[in-house]
Amino acid sequence: MQKIFFLCIALFLIHINTAAQNCNFNFRGKVTDFHVDTPIIGASIQLLNLNKFTTSNLDGFFEFKGLCEGKIELEIQHIACETRKITIHLKNNLFKEIFLEHHLEELNEVIVTTNTKTTTTSIEQTIKEDVLENYTDKSLGDALKSISGVSSLNTGSTIVKPMIHGLHSSRVLIINNNVRLFDQEWGDEHAPNFDLNSSNRIDVIKGANTLKYGNDAIGGLILIRGKKYAAKDSVFGKSSISLNSNGFGGNINTEIVKTYSTGYYGKFQTSYKRFGDFRAPNYYLTNTGMENLNASLRFGYNSFEKGFEAYYSLVNNNFGILQLSHIGNVNDLVQAINSSEPRNTEDFSHKIENPKQTILHHLGKIEAYKRFKGFGKLSVQYDFQLNRRKEYDLGRGNRENTPVIDLRLFTTSIQPNLHIDFLPNVKFDIGLLGRFQQNNAVAGTRSRPLIPDYEKIDAAVYSIGNYKIDETTEINAGIRYDYSSIDANKTYLLADWKKYNFDQLFPEFEGEIDNTRIKTNPKFTFHNVSASLNFSKRWKNELTFLINYGLGNRVPNPSELYSDGVHHSNARFEIGYLNIKKEIANKFNLSLERKNDDFGFIISPYYKRINGFIQLIPTGITTTIKGAFPVWEYDQVDAQIFGIDIDINKKINSQLDYLGNISLIKGENITQDIPLIHMPSTNFSNRIVYTNKQWHDLTFSLRNTTVLRQNDYPNYNFNTFNPTTQQEVFVDISSPTPAYSLFDFSASATLKTSHKGSLKLEFNIENILNVSYREYLNRFRFFADELGRNLNIKIKINY
Amino acid sequence: MKITNTVKTIKLLAILFISAITFTACSEDDHDDHDDHDHEEEVITTLNYTLTSGSDVVTLTYRDLDGEGGNEGVTTVSGSLSANTTYAGAIELLNETESPAENMTEEIEEEDDEHEFFFTSTVTGLTISKTDVDGNGNPLGLETSLTSGAAGSGSITVVLKHEPTKPNDGTSASAGGSTDIEVTFNVTVQ
Repeated sequence: MQKIFFLCIALFLIHINTAAQNCNFNFRGKVTDFHVDTPIIGASIQLLNLNKFTTSNLDGFFEFKGLCEGKIELEIQHIACETRKITIHLKNNLFKEIFLEHHLEELNEVIVTTNTKTTTTSIEQTIKEDVLENYTDKSLGDALKSISGVSSLNTGSTIVKPMIHGLHSSRVLIINNNVRLFDQEWGDEHAPNFDLNSSNRIDVIKGANTLKYGNDAIGGLILIRGKKYAAKDSVFGKSSISLNSNGFGGNINTEIVKTYSTGYYGKFQTSYKRFGDFRAPNYYLTNTGMENLNASLRFGYNSFEKGFEAYYSLVNNNFGILQLSHIGNVNDLVQAINSSEPRNTEDFSHKIENPKQTILHHLGKIEAYKRFKGFGKLSVQYDFQLNRRKEYDLGRGNRENTPVIDLRLFTTSIQPNLHIDFLPNVKFDIGLLGRFQQNNAVAGTRSRPLIPDYEKIDAAVYSIGNYKIDETTEINAGIRYDYSSIDANKTYLLADWKKYNFDQLFPEFEGEIDNTRIKTNPKFTFHNVSASLNFSKRWKNELTFLINYGLGNRVPNPSELYSDGVHHSNARFEIGYLNIKKEIANKFNLSLERKNDDFGFIISPYYKRINGFIQLIPTGITTTIKGAFPVWEYDQVDAQIFGIDIDINKKINSQLDYLGNISLIKGENITQDIPLIHMPSTNFSNRIVYTNKQWHDLTFSLRNTTVLRQNDYPNYNFNTFNPTTQQEVFVDISSPTPAYSLFDFSASATLKTSHKGSLKLEFNIENILNVSYREYLNRFRFFADELGRNLNIKIKINY
Repeated sequence: MKITNTVKTIKLLAILFISAITFTACSEDDHDDHDDHDHEEEVITTLNYTLTSGSDVVTLTYRDLDGEGGNEGVTTVSGSLSANTTYAGAIELLNETESPAENMTEEIEEEDDEHEFFFTSTVTGLTISKTDVDGNGNPLGLETSLTSGAAGSGSITVVLKHEPTKPNDGTSASAGGSTDIEVTFNVTVQ
């Protein structure tokens, strides 16, 4: 702590009105640390126009003698500290206490651009702005895949769900500008409604430092953060355009930032993305285009003692769904699995037809904070989100324009947080959460809603402490209590209600019976206690060792509890169960890290034990008028997931760098002693980067990504009878896809256009060898190949 | 300066708060908290395949009154077919969750170029041919001609494909598309 005081060199600038006559005043003062209320020792103080210097003594005191009467302007400046301006009128001898602030990361962008972690003890990895810019026309899931241990669950190529250590959906929290994203995230084919272009930085927290945001980050947490802007009068921005050969489309993005020396700032960003049908190496993937319009607005006021921020973002997604993936029954599925190529492919088109998804997501928040001298910082955040999801299927007649799924999810929450930092080595966060969520299965879909109307209330209280044992050792511990209650209104088919035995288990939920249907009102409440314990130790040779333990609880989501019916876009019957209990996870993460440009690495093994792991698995068929229809049911098993993520960077010479990573993962269903479904297979990537700093930052990069076959998979295959051919047919819905290896190339150069502005040109080739492959974690692996070669040009302008 | 800043801040917060409330209060759609999903479902619950030869009428019915899920559908065959007889076959599709039942056959007729029925049978000597065509002159299958052979028994499978390849070689497998109906009836010919 003392080191920091010494770093805080204060500069005083006193302007003296020369009209003043009396030049016999003394100005004495004391420099004090705002947080811990202790004197700042050895700050050097200068009066510029008088050429006078002084230094604060051991008690933080300083003194200037023989000053004239008048207006004095003080400017306090110091390295790694806040710059302050104070104006005083000197009429008498004066004593003034001046508070200085060394927590610069709260105020200035300079620190944010360097790689600071959310907390020292956290096991996490970061994608910075310059890397994010490479993914301007891709999705969040695509960008995060560059991090070891992160993979994705895809539906085609545009609907990409991030997966951390084989877990996804409700087990991966996405925090957008401090707001937890609620966008019907439970669905496998529901991609996060978030525009990558609106963010400046994304952290992936694999470890356990997640209690502030939730108790259920069993997979991990994705933290999307905006920038802090320096308090100066400035206006700047950037624009980019990206064009692609595959899908014949691209993205345009522009953002503009205005900052004021008073501390006010504002940012507006908007992007538009449009693609037509993508192409696999040998055919077009009919109806896989997309259209995407996003905008975000951020403004606020930032000073050391207080500030506020308002943020609003709008995401409007329109995804075409591969037409071939629409199947009527199991026999259609078998036909798709057994044919190596889709049965009929059409020519390229920009049109987005049924089946498709359209999603509109509003997110808004206001946050305000105030610091209290010698105590800490109190902040309060209010936020709201409105998500409207419509899924359209191939239908007859005017049903083309009627969605088969139409859900409106409204979420609002309030979160006060108190950050106590007056003690030298201990910091505390104490916070509360109140949240209300309402789902409305909007009428008019002409089908039974899969997810019912419900109301959910969450309340939580948490406390997280951070103790710095010495300069290199820190310990962090947290505890959190969560209350959740969910109240749904769902109409079941009476036959199903009895078949699932709910009439015996939950007679209290039963309502009116109308012929074949029964109205029910299932209500559940949950109480959860979660905890985390984290430790970090740093050595002199840039080596850090971290250990994270987390106890997490996840309450079953509405899909797991209430699903009961045809999920049209998945062409399967999905059954959730009211008797599904919460998931309890114990997770252990270790990490040995060396941050060094010449040779650095992260070696990070992990083990997760999840009791009551809820999984959706194929269980057979149900007979309908369409014939045999696939059934997927939620069930609960005890599971363990373990693996290791390794990242390495090595400087070969002054211009060549090697970057590599590998992820190994194994997921086991302990209850049945079989592997878990949909676990990522071993994958590794190797990359060589050439950089010429002398000539326009010229960069060439070649990357190879290899994904091995998943040999550990559960076998849920079954036989069904095809009445047309009068044969038993084998339904192979479990076998994984073969291994594949892809090469990507990228080249870029930056041209300076003015002293602040620059122009960056980029050329990329993805899947250089135009390899035909399928990915185990793509839900459309039965129907079509992944994308073929893509040529991409990007132009980025900073001004 | 400080005071104006505070005022500004309060104003901005107020504006945002009000806009947030407005937003949630009047979202772009009808607000319907108490949706009635009970009588809006549009499904084919029933398929009637009526075979007529003079006064000899045999009806094959598949009926699943609660739609997909719930109770499984029930097939009924009103009687046995006569040997060596030609029947005129007509398909009728109904939504019997409505009262009176909604005729879904019309939907197929309106989009006949996007649909086709396929008939297969395991009864020796029994053949079914489509006698109607769609707007493009391709087979449709709402109307058929069934000719029975010698006495025997087996099954008849009726398949309706949505967006099949038309024309095709007459088998549902080559037609592709997605299956909207696939029902099987056990029949006897005597």
